[in-house]
Amino acid sequence: MTVVSTNESSTEVAGLRRSPLAGRRDELAAAGVEGLRGVRLGEEPFLSQVNLRVLPASPAAAGVEQALGTILPREPNRVTGDEHDAALWLGPDEWLVVAPDGRADGIVEAARTAMADSPGSVVDVSANRTTLRLAGPTSREVLEKVCSLDLHPRAFRSGQCAQTLVGRAQVVLWQVGTEPAYRLMVRGSFADYLADLLLDAMAEFTHR
Amino acid sequence: MLQIRCPWCGDREETEFRYGGQAHVDYPRDPAALDDRAWGEYLFVRDNPKGEFAERWVHTAGCRRWFTTVRDTATNQMRAELPSARKPVM
Repeated sequence: MTVVSTNESSTEVAGLRRSPLAGRRDELAAAGVEGLRGVRLGEEPFLSQVNLRVLPASPAAAGVEQALGTILPREPNRVTGDEHDAALWLGPDEWLVVAPDGRADGIVEAARTAMADSPGSVVDVSANRTTLRLAGPTSREVLEKVCSLDLHPRAFRSGQCAQTLVGRAQVVLWQVGTEPAYRLMVRGSFADYLADLLLDAMAEFTHR
Repeated sequence: MLQIRCPWCGDREETEFRYGGQAHVDYPRDPAALDDRAWGEYLFVRDNPKGEFAERWVHTAGCRRWFTTVRDTATNQMRAELPSARKPVM
């Protein structure tokens, strides 16, 4: 079967998309509190995510970096760029390029052209995960209840990421701000579970 | 719970890992030349020492990379494998 995709139909599809936590937006927003001991939870749906595998010392890696305008971090669990355009370390030869919605096709195209025939892969994995954003002065305390990593600033700072377990769910945890603010990128089927887990962990700070 | 040191990600909890059994069990160079007994030993028979044991682990919930580590089966103390430690089994 041949699937023909035109720009027109892909725009229509974009209008029909529904993120895993779309039905819980108001619930998540209502659960947050502001202030010195505040914490907020929300979904950041449809981020563009591209999984990139390329040998780190190869000319292809340098070419991809030039094409994307992003340095691929060589140090484990680091992020280069900001929360709008970033490359996350996933493995010694594997990265996750994250950008706003709608950018995945362009990133894939640019990276594939730059890699040419070199060994590696570029795959659009935007539909693989949705993103929960946990932010606020007590967000680290909330996260520490459900994650075994040391999240103290001496060990985990803004611009670092980690693939780990939060509760029983596998997430890409990424600290995007010093407030602190975290992004938790989680598979769609685990999103409800993770939201419930975080809402429960937040309850003692939000008095609900 | 054990804390296991992933060579890439650092110390993580045991639940993030899966066990891969004894390390350095190499695929026989000429499998057709083995008799049934030797092939069975290659497939199923592993060392079971009390003491240091080189093992394969994979950081499933993290970077998904395989690595070899040395665990003392009596104390569960783990250490990185020395580069010189590797020896062929068959």
